[in-house]
Amino acid sequence: MAGTDTKTARGAELAGVEAGLDALEATETGRTPLRRTLVDKVLPPVVAIAVVLVVWQALISLKVVDDPSRLPSPADVGREFKDAWLQGTLLDFVWTSVSRGLLGFLFALAIGTPLGLLVARVKFVRAAIGPVLSGLQSLPSVAWVPPAVIWLGLNNSMMYAVILLGAVPSIANGLVSGIDQVPPLFLRAGRTMGATGVRGAWHIVLPAALPGYLAGLKQGWAFSWRSLMAAEIIASSPDLGIGLGALLENGRNASSMSMVFEAIVLILFVGIAIDLLIFSPLERWVLRSRGLLVKS
Amino acid sequence: MATTLVTAAESVVHAARLENVSKSFTAPGGQQLVLDGISLDVAPGEFVTLLGASGCGKSTLLNLVAGLDRPTAGSITTDGRPALMFQEHALFPWLTAGKNIELALKLRGVPKPQRRGRAEELLELVRLKGAYGKRVHELSGGMRQRVAMARALAQESNLLLMDEPFAALDAITRDVLHDELTRIWQETGVSVLFVTHNVREAVRLAQRVVLLSSRPGRVAREWTVDIPQPRRIEDAPVAELSLEITEVLRGEIRRHGRH
Repeated sequence: MAGTDTKTARGAELAGVEAGLDALEATETGRTPLRRTLVDKVLPPVVAIAVVLVVWQALISLKVVDDPSRLPSPADVGREFKDAWLQGTLLDFVWTSVSRGLLGFLFALAIGTPLGLLVARVKFVRAAIGPVLSGLQSLPSVAWVPPAVIWLGLNNSMMYAVILLGAVPSIANGLVSGIDQVPPLFLRAGRTMGATGVRGAWHIVLPAALPGYLAGLKQGWAFSWRSLMAAEIIASSPDLGIGLGALLENGRNASSMSMVFEAIVLILFVGIAIDLLIFSPLERWVLRSRGLLVKS
Repeated sequence: MATTLVTAAESVVHAARLENVSKSFTAPGGQQLVLDGISLDVAPGEFVTLLGASGCGKSTLLNLVAGLDRPTAGSITTDGRPALMFQEHALFPWLTAGKNIELALKLRGVPKPQRRGRAEELLELVRLKGAYGKRVHELSGGMRQRVAMARALAQESNLLLMDEPFAALDAITRDVLHDELTRIWQETGVSVLFVTHNVREAVRLAQRVVLLSSRPGRVAREWTVDIPQPRRIEDAPVAELSLEITEVLRGEIRRHGRH
């Protein structure tokens, strides 16, 4: 009887020590208050934009640059935006390019992902096309525009072809490096649990490779957007509708610097917006849930 | 007829049986023998520690038993696939503590409706009730190893292999986890093959301590530990036996200095 008592007492003592250790060592995670986020994250870029506008306006007001065909005033560019908005064409410009870019990106995703898997997992394929795939990343995708025009003509397929050639290598390479960086310990742990072959790939390799894959997607989007703009500038044709690249080209042809500025601002804005709205939150969520993102 | 009976009886008598197991790796200077003729039985429900200095091939041996690698010679039989715990927790950071355990259940073929409840039970067994939804990085080192232990137990294997699982923990936590491991071993009746280079840890935990010599690894000596559980690492009988084993271990290590 006494023996059981001591055993229970010891057990209770152990549970208490353990609970204390857990409480001492576990890290508390809380949410940052909204005000703090606004001050830390939103304020700095707003200030930076304001500074740029002030300097720009100063260049005009102080007559440092006194030629509207070289540097239009912020107000001129603003008027250009307002006109396009009132005519209802502003969103058309944006949508023409964004829909093209996103659709092309989805195609690139559908091709780049299996390609990356093949390169990462099949030795022969890696030796055969691995180096070419990484090499393609450094080839400016604008180089594909002339051959694409010759092969496919001035149409949407040519745009998509250029987007694919720009984005597929990034996406595939991202997945390959993600898979290469999977810690061998995870693979061993998976194997002892019976996760081999396809089950190992699905339950262990792919989730472990997700951060690298996402980085590849992000770069893939940047590349598709850039290649699309290059294609739209070079291959503008009335049949293709006016996207942002075509708008830029039209502005140049009409010697309207404020239209050129409008197009540049829009291209930049879309690129940043897609990144901020889609890729950055996705990447942050993945990294944070794995404890890989330290709050600063 | 008689032979079949013996084989059937044998499969029950051993959680693991190693017969003359050797392993060599290809090294720059030719074949390097790491393990040399190891024979070892682990009875069902038995707790055995493998003790040895660096280069005795402890981890290699555990990998062989786990089926992650094949022996160069000899044979290893286990009753089903053993579960393996590492020095690092090896929990998957993209899953919560509970989902890590559920993955092991899923891979073993446990139907979905039963997984959640079983995972909660296992977390309770390692005294981490309420940690189901916690991410791996939110847990302390000791908690991670307990989740890893729960995940290993989820495999419902008859043999639990442990590769220095507490080596990276601080002394207080390690002490607590020794108590936990002893309790869980007694509650579940699982057989344990525990690798360590810490003599006191080996004596604290095991029913039998097997000392391996280094380069190549051979079974040098064995001790049966008769000290009743629960033991403490500071207990006089534990310290006494540890001293005796340490002397022999030092002798083994000294042999290498003479060449």
